[in-house]
Formats: sequence, structure tokens, C-alpha cells
Amino acid sequence: MTAVWPHLPALQVVIPLIGALVAGLLRRGGVAFVLATAVSWTMPLIAGALLWQVLQTGPISYHLGGWQPPWGIEYRIDVLNGFVLVLVSVIGAVIMPYARLSLAFEIDERNQAWTYCMYLLCLTGLLGITVTGDAFNAFVFLEISSLSTYVLIALGRDRRALLSAFQYLIMGTIGATFYVIGIGLLYLVTGTLNMADLAGRLGPAWPEHSRAIVAGATFIVVGLGLKLALFPLHFWLPGAYAYAPSWVTAFLSATATKVAIYLLVRFLFSIFGVAFDTSGLPIAAMILGLSVAAMVIASFIAVFETDLKRMLAYSSVAQIGYITLGIGLANEAGLTGGLVHVVNHALLKATLFLAAGAFFYRAHTVQLQDLSGIGRRMPLTAAAFTIAGFGLVGTPGTVGFISKWYLVIGALDHSWWFVVVFIVVSSVIALVYVGRVLEIVWLRAPSSQCAEAGDPPASMLLPILALAAATIYFGLETEWTARVVETATDMLLGRLR
Amino acid sequence: MTSLIAPESLIGIAILAPFAGALLIPAFRRHPNLREAVTLASAVVLCLSVAALLPGVLAGARPDLQVLDVVPGLSLAFKVEPLGMLFALVAASLWVVNSLYSIGYMRTNSEPRQTGFYVCFAVALGSTIGLAFARNLFTLFLFYEALTIATYPLVTHKLDHQAVRAGRLYLLLLLGSSLLLFLPAIVVTWMLAGTLDFTPGGILGGKADAPLLTLLLALYIFGVGKAAVMPMHFWLPAAMVAPTPVSALLHAVAVVKAGVFTILKVVMLIFGIETLSLAGQSLWLTVIAGTTIIVASVIALAQDNLKRRLAYSTISQLSYVVLGAAILTPISLVGAALHIAAHAVGKITLFFAAGSIHTAAHLTQVSQLDGLGRRMPWTMGAFAIGALAMIGVPPTAGFLGKWFIMTAAVQTSNWLAVAVICTSTILTAGYFLPIVYRAFFRAPPSAHDARHVVGEAPWPIVLALTVTAAATLLLFIWPEIPFRLATSMIGS
Repeated sequence: MTAVWPHLPALQVVIPLIGALVAGLLRRGGVAFVLATAVSWTMPLIAGALLWQVLQTGPISYHLGGWQPPWGIEYRIDVLNGFVLVLVSVIGAVIMPYARLSLAFEIDERNQAWTYCMYLLCLTGLLGITVTGDAFNAFVFLEISSLSTYVLIALGRDRRALLSAFQYLIMGTIGATFYVIGIGLLYLVTGTLNMADLAGRLGPAWPEHSRAIVAGATFIVVGLGLKLALFPLHFWLPGAYAYAPSWVTAFLSATATKVAIYLLVRFLFSIFGVAFDTSGLPIAAMILGLSVAAMVIASFIAVFETDLKRMLAYSSVAQIGYITLGIGLANEAGLTGGLVHVVNHALLKATLFLAAGAFFYRAHTVQLQDLSGIGRRMPLTAAAFTIAGFGLVGTPGTVGFISKWYLVIGALDHSWWFVVVFIVVSSVIALVYVGRVLEIVWLRAPSSQCAEAGDPPASMLLPILALAAATIYFGLETEWTARVVETATDMLLGRLR
Repeated sequence: MTSLIAPESLIGIAILAPFAGALLIPAFRRHPNLREAVTLASAVVLCLSVAALLPGVLAGARPDLQVLDVVPGLSLAFKVEPLGMLFALVAASLWVVNSLYSIGYMRTNSEPRQTGFYVCFAVALGSTIGLAFARNLFTLFLFYEALTIATYPLVTHKLDHQAVRAGRLYLLLLLGSSLLLFLPAIVVTWMLAGTLDFTPGGILGGKADAPLLTLLLALYIFGVGKAAVMPMHFWLPAAMVAPTPVSALLHAVAVVKAGVFTILKVVMLIFGIETLSLAGQSLWLTVIAGTTIIVASVIALAQDNLKRRLAYSTISQLSYVVLGAAILTPISLVGAALHIAAHAVGKITLFFAAGSIHTAAHLTQVSQLDGLGRRMPWTMGAFAIGALAMIGVPPTAGFLGKWFIMTAAVQTSNWLAVAVICTSTILTAGYFLPIVYRAFFRAPPSAHDARHVVGEAPWPIVLALTVTAAATLLLFIWPEIPFRLATSMIGS
């Protein structure tokens, strides 16, 4: 144990990477599933140990291959990314049992081992982006996760999945290119890629190279904005989420955009914010405006969607707006609200997409019209959907309320009443689209598609119920969400210039 | 019993009993008798534990129960104070009677989905008790929203087009108003005062200037949609598509009283009546409440559907409580508190009677009730008592609250309030007395005779409405407990 302990940061990435390699050599889906499960269940242990260590003794710096930073690649873990590591790995572990039956139903047998391989690669990429302290290394992991995501989406049985994957490929590549251009500009100015080193060197370079730095920052923000589906750069998201296999959608919605958000926060608050005074740049105002637009417009679009998964996808765009709103508010309560919504939204959307996948598994459709009355046939699944739905609305007693509470306080701390108005208006629109589904699911007579349906087998049902329970638990007990996030927020804001 | 169980545990038992019932009811879905026994048992347990808390509260104790801190400033905590005690007492005791009534009503009318009905009912009652005992605004808000969500399936119980539409309006108006107005009001309160605890004398004294206070108070008055202050009242008449026991206990007692109870608590314990009267908030609040009272009464005059007429009457009567708060004196608050109890027993009697008429004679319109008093003397007798309580004449409980509100209005020379009360008394008499007159003094139309011969409704229904009618009278003769609770509420 003592030999392994110092190398946990590397193991966090290396284990899923090796897992992916082995899974790629396997033929049988079942074997690959066992392997993926083993890896997924190991990840939270490592992430938890890392976060615990950070909370006890402060940030961890791990030098890959023994090379000293800033020359070698540094893995640097503080409260913020330790927390994101736990989130990503726990979500992956909890939804893993769901994968077997759902994928067996939605994907051809010959592609199954391949799916688990891609999933493990994606997990590698996401955990890598989070754990690394090197801006270029983050790009490499970003590409690993993106490329595997394109494949995962394209594996959806609906032929539109191919188009969506292609669309995402184009958009994602543009985003990644923008990001790497930005990194290149910063590298030209500072000669370093290490994030902490960048933060130290950008400040002295600012008077002379402010234009290059601003251009670099812009490329990075826009590039990451594409990856995290910041409105109006969200076009790839609804199609990708709607036509990817159900379990993949649940995993991506809970983790992929969240990791991109983490990276944006890292750049804004740990690099640019530390290096120079960002208040002269319109970044916060721009993010604020786009977030508000996302919250209202994307929610509004969701009201008119006829496909449950597309509706949830637009809801995701809106909910990402809440998170970026917190980033734009950039004060203690606001940032806490935004970051805690990263977790809260991950829990809510994972529940909702898994429930939608269970509907698909039983009724073979996610068209709202055809889901009439399915609540009577699949009461537990629909109950979990209902709980998470009210979470989206922000009902007290669910996680959604906690996020909203902090965000409203954050807006009022600035005395920005209009932001409060937008927050509550978007909640009411969420009530409309959630209420519409609840009405169809619970109050209509069961349609012919749902006549034979029933709650799915335990391996699918338990993850759904566990996540739904978590949305209530963390709505009442925030020791492990909001309190940890507050520590991270203090750290981020405390170092701002 | 008080000595056997600590008051803190009694609070827990009271809140958990209905929820435990809700969990147990589905287990007995194949055995209707056992299932109803679970409902009755949890109602009785709730009622006993609330009653056991009463002597202590009357003696000045304020037992509390801290459950957990959600985030700094938001804690889930309960504290029994006199007004909450009064509300809980009314809701808990009427749930016992209402359960009896429900059993008679649901079985006689062969309503579908009865298991779900009883589950939602129990959750709604548990939420009501949680709301009544809430120690701070957050806890109150939590149960306020839970109450809306738990009653939504009850409103849509029939699942037909009309019920679904009513449910949509119900959810949108109640949850929507609470999200748009009530929640921001709570956050602003927290930012101004740094606490959300209900505190005698209020927590906002000296923390905000008059315009902000006006805005905040308006957010509360209109954000608490359950109080049905116009124009937030549309959900209530629509909700009448629900089975009558729901209209009776929830939309005449628990849900709507939760609304006016919240407003009373906010006015008394968040703002503080002195802060509000110093800031000159009485007038506009009087205008809002008075308008609702008069307009709803006028609309009620024109309703032929009995339940809709009762619904508009409820809207009008609820604003009496708001009016009591608007006058901003201790005496008017006593009146408002008494009116919560008095209107509850009176209105539930009226709804029980309406349901009884529906069950026994299959009549729903006022114009069909000619001569019904001879066929259903118990039902129509109880109806007459309930009607008198609404008008506010002795010897019914309705007189008490009105008397105190009127006294306070005269004392503070609030002539607008006096005029509203007088006018509305005449209007209320105008829409209730004709029903009583029809039932007892007009001859039954011969065409309807065949449908009338059935006589009274089944015994659980008749028993329930007799008990509440008797309570309406008893509360006038022996108002000691509500009166003592109301006076200790204002601290004298």
C-alpha cells in the first residue's frame, strides 16, 4: 500500500488506459463489461483517497516520470479537481451496472467489447484532463475523451447518431483547435505549459504582450465554450445526447461537459485571474449574458421538444447556463452555486437519462406521445424521473434548490435583480417542460407501446433509484457537496488579483 | 401521555405518522379494510400526538426539534408555537373525521385508484403538519412545496380532460408563484436579516426602508399562491374537480389554510406588525384583501355549481385572514387566527354536505336542490349551520373571528375594512341563504322525485358532517382553546 500511495495520481489515469487497451483486444461483451466494471469501481477509491489526502494535507503535486515541473508534466490536485475526480469516477461507478442490459439491447453484439473500450478511453481522458497540471497535457486528454466520445455516439442504433457524431466531431475539433491555438499563444509569450508556471509568468508578460495574451485567452474560452456547450455553441449537444446509446448519454451528460467546465474554471480563476486583473476584459459579462440566454432560451426550446431525450438535452444546455452563470457572477455565493450545480446537475441528469433509457428498454421509444401512461407500468422508474424532474425545477428538498439558493444570493450580492428574475423565470419554464412530461407519463391512459412494459431489471433499476435518492440526500445534507465546494471557492477567489 | 413521551419526540411522531401511513398503505392495497385502517390509525396517532403537545404549549412551553443544517442559514427545524399549534390541531382532528368521510364517499361512488388517493392524502397531511410546526421559513417552504406536489395527483384524480387541465393550472400557479415570488422573497429576507427563524416581533425591523418592505411584502402576499389572494386564486375553483373529500379537507382546510397561515406567520414573525405599521403597509394590504373578499363574493353569487360556489366563498373567506393581518393590530391577528379555525370547521361541513348530496342524490347544481332538506335533513341541517358560520352570525364559530377583526378595524378607524366586512356579510348571506331556503322551504320538483327517494347518504358521511357541524356550534359556545392559543400567540 505504501508503495502505491504516492502514485495514486498517475494510477487514476493509467488504470483506465490499460483497461481500455485490454478491452480493445477482447471479443466478448460480457468479459469487457466485467473489466470495465472492475476499473470503474476502482476509480472512486483512488479519487476518494486523493481528495481525502488533499483535504488533510493540502494540494498534491506529482511529477510524472520524476521530471521536475515546469519541464516535466505535473499532476496537481487541489480541492477543486480532487472534487471533480470524485464526481466523475463515482458517477461512472454508479451507472456501470446499468450498462450491460442497456447496451446489449441497443448495440450489436460484435460492437459491445468495443463500446466498453471506448468508454474506458473516455474515462481516461476525462480523469486526465482533471488531474493534470499541464495545459498541453490537458489538450491531449481532451482529444482522447473527445475522439472516444465521437465513437460512443456513433454507436447509437438510430442512423441519425452518425450525423450527430459527425456534427460533434466537427464542432469538437474546432473547439480543440481553438484551445490549442490559445495554448500556443500563451506558450509563445511565456515559454511554459505548466499551469501554475503560466499563472506566474503571464503577469510579468502582461504589459508587453497583453494583445497576445488576450487573444490566447479568447481562443481558450471559446474553445472550451464549445466543449462545454455554452450557449450558443451548444448545437452539437442535443443531437449527440438524443441519438447516443442511453447509457452513454447518461455518462456524458453527467461528466463530459462538467470536466470542460472544470477546465474553464481552472483557466479563468487559477491562471488568468491570478496572473492579471481580468475585470478589464469582458469575459465575465459575456459569460453572464450567454448563461442567462441559455437558461431562458434553451429551457424554452425544451418545452416544445417531442422527443424525451432531446428535451432533456436542451434542458442540459439550460442547466449548464446555471453553472456558467455562477462562473460569471464570480463571487463567493455565485461561484459556489455554479460549482455545486456541477455535481447537482450531474446527479439529476444521470437519473433522468437513465430513466429515459429504461423507458426505451421497455417501450422501445422515447417519443413523448408514445410514453403515455408509462408511469402506471413502470412506477419506480417514473417516480425516480419525477423526483429528478422536480430537482431540475429547484424544489426545496432536492439538490436543485441548493444550487439555486446560492446563485440567487450571488446575484443579489451584486444587486443584479434582473439575474434573479431570469433564474426564477427559467425555473418556471423548467416546471412547464417537466410538468408536461409528468402529465403524459402519469395521467394519460397507457399507450400500446407501454402495455407490456414493467420496471427494468434490478441492475438497471438500482442505479436509477440510487441516483434519485442522492438528489434528495444531497438536497438536505450538503457536507460533501456545498461545503467542499465552498473550500474550493475560497481557494479560487482568494488568489484572484 | 405528555409525561411519557418528550415533547421533541411528539413533534417527530406527529410529522412522521402520516408519512409512515403513506408508506404502509400500498402494502395493503389488496385489502381495502386494512388499508383504510392504516389511514385511520395514522390520523389518530397524529391527532393524539398533537393533542398531547397542547397542554404544554398552553402552559407556555415552546418545544422544538432541530433536524439538520442544510447549508449555513438553512436548517430543517421545528418549533411548536401557538398559531402552529392551532393550525395543526385543526388539521389533525379534521383529518380523523375526513378519513371516515373519505371511506364512505370513495366506496359509495366506487372511485378508482383509491390506494394512491389515500397515500397522497397522508403525504399532504404530513406536509401540512410539517408546515405548521416549521421553525423557520426554509422548513415552511419545503413543506409548502411538498404539499403542492402531494395534492397534484388528488386534483387530477379523475384523469379526464377537465381534471388534467385543472391539475396543470394548479401546479403552474402554485409552484410557479412560489418559484417566481416566494423564493426570491425568502432569499431577500435572508440577506437582509441573516436568519430565517420565526421570531416574535419580526426579524426585519430597521433592516429595510419602506419601498423595499412594500416590495417584499407583496412578493410574499402574491407568492403564497395557496392563500388565493386575487389574482392568484384561479387554481382553487379549478381544483374542485377533485373528489369531494379532497375539496373538503385540502381545499377548504389544509392547503388554503397553509397559505393564510404562512401569510400570518410572515406578517407577525418575519416583518413584525410594528415594523409594518411604521412603514404604512396597512392600507394597500387592506385594499388587496378587501377587493378579494368582495369580488370573490360577487362571483360566488353567480355560480350555480355548488362546489364552485363554495370555492369562491373560500377565496373570499381566506382573505378575511389576510384582512386580519392587514389591520396590523394584536386584536386583528387574534381574529385572523380564530377565523382560521372557525372557517375550517364551517367550510369542511359545507363541503361534506355537498359531497353527501352528490353521493346520495347525484346533484351538483344549486338550482337542483329544491326541497332536498326534507329528504336529507341531517345533511341540509349541517349545511345550514355551515352557511351561518360563513355569514358569521351567532351561535356559530364564524362569528368569533369576524368580531375581533371588526373590533380591530373600528379601533384603528380602518373604515375601509369595516365597509368590506359589512358588505361581504350581506353578499355571503346572499349566496348561502337561498340554498338553505330552497332546500327547506321549496317543494321538490316532481321530475326529480325518483332520484330523491334514496334519502340520506351512507352513515360514515352523515356522521362526519354531523360531527363537524356540531364542532362549528361548539367552537362558539366553548372557544377556550383556540382563544387561549390566539392570545398567547400575540404574547398577552
